[in-house]
Amino acid sequence: MPPTTRIRRGALLAAAAAASVLLTSACSGAAAPSGGDAAAAPGKDDKLTITVYSKFTDREYGVVTAGLNKLKAKFPNIEIKHEGNQDDDKLTQSIRGGNPPDVAISFYTDNLGAWCSTGSFQDLKPYIERDKIDLNQIPEAVRNYTEYQGKRCAMPMLADVYGFYYNKDMFAAKGVTSPPKTTDELLEDAKKLTEYNADGSIKVAGFVPSMPFYANQAQYWAPNFGAPFIGPDGKSDLATNPGWKAMFEFQQKLIDALGGHDKVEKFKAGLGDEYSADNGFQKGKLAMIYDGEFRTAFIKDQAPTLNYATAPAPVLTTMADKYGSAFTTGTIIAIPKGAKNPGAAWELIKQVSLDTDTLVDMANGLKNVPSTKASLTSPRLDLQPQFKTFLDMYDSGKLVSNQTTPIGDAHLKAVNDFAEKWQAGSIPDLTEGLKKVDAQINDELKQKGAGG
Amino acid sequence: MTSTLAEKVSPSAPEKARAGARRAKRRRTVFLFMAPAFLGFLIFFGYPLIATVYYSFTRYDLINPPVFVGFDNYVRMFTTEPLVGTAAYNTLWLVVILTTCRVLFSLGIASVISRLKSGVGLVRTLCYLPTLAPPAAATLAFVFVFNPEFGPVNRFLRLIGIDGGLWFNSPAMSKPALTLLALWGSGELMIIILAALLDVPTEQYEAAELDGAGPVRRFWHVTLPSISPVLLFGVVNSIIYALQFFTQAIVASSASAGTADVAGNSKLIGAPQNSTLTYPIWLYVQGFRYFNMGYAAAMAVLLFIVSAGFTWILVRQLRKSQHQEEGA
Repeated sequence: MPPTTRIRRGALLAAAAAASVLLTSACSGAAAPSGGDAAAAPGKDDKLTITVYSKFTDREYGVVTAGLNKLKAKFPNIEIKHEGNQDDDKLTQSIRGGNPPDVAISFYTDNLGAWCSTGSFQDLKPYIERDKIDLNQIPEAVRNYTEYQGKRCAMPMLADVYGFYYNKDMFAAKGVTSPPKTTDELLEDAKKLTEYNADGSIKVAGFVPSMPFYANQAQYWAPNFGAPFIGPDGKSDLATNPGWKAMFEFQQKLIDALGGHDKVEKFKAGLGDEYSADNGFQKGKLAMIYDGEFRTAFIKDQAPTLNYATAPAPVLTTMADKYGSAFTTGTIIAIPKGAKNPGAAWELIKQVSLDTDTLVDMANGLKNVPSTKASLTSPRLDLQPQFKTFLDMYDSGKLVSNQTTPIGDAHLKAVNDFAEKWQAGSIPDLTEGLKKVDAQINDELKQKGAGG
Repeated sequence: MTSTLAEKVSPSAPEKARAGARRAKRRRTVFLFMAPAFLGFLIFFGYPLIATVYYSFTRYDLINPPVFVGFDNYVRMFTTEPLVGTAAYNTLWLVVILTTCRVLFSLGIASVISRLKSGVGLVRTLCYLPTLAPPAAATLAFVFVFNPEFGPVNRFLRLIGIDGGLWFNSPAMSKPALTLLALWGSGELMIIILAALLDVPTEQYEAAELDGAGPVRRFWHVTLPSISPVLLFGVVNSIIYALQFFTQAIVASSASAGTADVAGNSKLIGAPQNSTLTYPIWLYVQGFRYFNMGYAAAMAVLLFIVSAGFTWILVRQLRKSQHQEEGA
C-alpha cells in the first residue's frame, strides 16, 4: 500500500477517535433573549401549565409540590408540572437548548452568579417594582445570596442555616456538659469523645474535620474563622487572610490528634452516605458534626431515637464574640431565560417565596428555615427545640451569606482541593499553597472579566 | 508486427467514450450510495470539528454570542490554568497503563479460554457479563468492594495480614483502582481477541511444532503476527477508551467522598486530590459548569490533535511491522 494511503487511513482513524469528544463541545442552541419588561400576570381563569424544575425527590418532592400547588387558590385553572430530580446541569442545559422550564428551583446558590451574569435567569426587578414588593421582609444576608452585583435574578424559597449537632448520650458518657463554643474547646471535646479499637483504628470519632466530607465544606466553615473567599477588590486573597490560615492549622491539629490522615480517611470511608440512614452521626459513629437545619428532618425520619441537640457552630478562639453567627444559603427560585409563561411563573415565585402560609407549610415539611421575617414568627411554625436553634441563628443578625461570583463553584473546588492536599500533608508551606489557590481562582475570575 | 498488434488492441475513439461514460456512471452510483454516510459525516463530524476550532478562538458561554479572543484560550491552557495539566497527566496515565493492562489482560483471558476443553461457553459468558453492567452502577459497586474500612477486598487482605490501603480514597491508588474496574469490564475486547485467536490456522501451529518451536516461539511467530491487526484495534480502542474516561471517574470521586451524587458534585470532582480528574471531565466542567465553552473547545482541539497523533503513529508502526514480516 502506498505510504500516502496509509497516512490518510491513519488520519481518518484518528479523526474518528476524537469525533465524539469534539461533538460534546460543539453542540449549542441558545434561545433568543427574553424581554426586559415584566410579563403580564395571567387572568384568573386562564388555563395554562407551568413547568417547574427542582432537584427535590422522595419525601421532599411531595412537600414542595404541595407548596407549589397552593397557587391554585388564586388561579384554579393553572396546572403545575413539577419535575423533580433536575440538577443544575440539566437546568442550565435546558436554558442553552432553548427549552427551559417556566420556573427553576435550585438547591444551591453557588451557580447564581454565573446564571445572573450570563442572563440565564431573568432580571426580576421589573416584576418587583410593578408589584411593589418590599424586599426588606427578607433578611439582608438572604437578599445578598439571591442577587449578583445588584441584579436580582432569583428569590429565596426557604433558607438553610448551618450549625452544630452533638450526641447528648455520648457527651454524657464522657462527662462533656456543653457543646464547644470555640475551636480550642472543639479540639479538646473531639479528643475526649473519640474511641479506638484494639488495633488502633478509630471506633467512634468525636469530630471528623476532613474536607470535603458531609457538610465540611470550606464555604460553610469559613464564616466561623472570619475567612472570606473574595476580597473587597473582587479578587481572591486567601494567602494574606489570617482566618484561612487559622482554619487549616486547626484542621491539621485535629487530624493529628485523632491519629493522622490515613487513620481518619479509613474511618471516614466506612461511614454511610450523607443523606442516607447510614449517615455517621445518625448511626452514632460521630459525636459531633457541622450541618444544616434540614438534618433535623432526616433524623426524625431515619433515626427518630437519636438523643441529640443543636447549637451554633464553634468559632475561632480569638473571635469568641462572634459565637452565634452562622453561614446561610438556601433554595433559590427564578424565571429562566426563554420561559414560555413568565407572567404566571412570577405569580408562582411570589406564592412560594413571600406567602407566609406557604412558606410555613414547606418549612414544617422540609425542616428548612422560612425565608421571610413574617413567616419566621408565625405561630404555625413547628418549633422543635433542635430546629429552633437555627431559627434563632437566622434571626440573630449575625448571618453570613454565600458569596456569589460569576465563576460558579470554581473557587469552592479550588479551596476544597487545597484542603484535601493540606490535610494529607502534601503542602509543605501553607502560605505558598494558598497563594497558588489565589492564582487559580483569580485566573477563573479573569476569564469572566471579573477580579482580574 | 508489434505496431499491428498495438493497433488491434488499442480501443477506438467511440469505445473510449463508452468506457468513460461507464466509469462516470459507476462513479455517480457509488457517490449516490455513499451520499447518506457522507452527509452524516459532514453533519456529525465536519460541522462540529469546524465549529469547535472556531469556538476555541472565542469566549463563549453557550447563552450569549461568542466573542473573538484570538489565542487567549490556548495561552491560558499552557500558562495560567493549573488543573488542565493535572487532568492531562491523569489521562495520559490511563492511556499508558490502562491501555497496556487492558490489552494484555484481554489477550491473557482470551488465550486461556481458547485452550479450554470444556465449559467454554459458560466461562466466555461469565467474562463478558461485566461489560453489560451500567458504568455508574459498576463503579458504585467497586467503591463498595474496595472500601478501606468494610470492603470485602480489604477484609480478605487483613485476614492474610496485609493492610489493603485506601483505594479510591488515596490519590496514589485511585487510578490503579479505576484500572482494575476497567479490566473487570473489558469482556468486549476479550471476545474480539478470542475470535481472532480461534481464527489462526492450526496448520501453522503444526508446522511450527514440527520445526521444533516451543509454546513461546509459536506464540511469538505464529499467534502474534496473525492477530496483530486485532491487537492494533484493541490498542486503538483502549486508547480512545482511556482518552474518554469519564463516568467511572466522576462517580468514584463522589462516592468515595461520602455522597451518592452520581451526577457529580463539581466541588468533589477529581477527589481525592484531583487524582481522578481526567481531561474529558475537566473539559466538561469548564464548558458546561463554568460556562467557559471557548476554553473547553480549545481543550477539545488539543485532545483531537493528540488522539490523531497517537492513532497515526500506531497505524504507521503496524504497517511497518507488517511489511517487515512480509519481507522476512
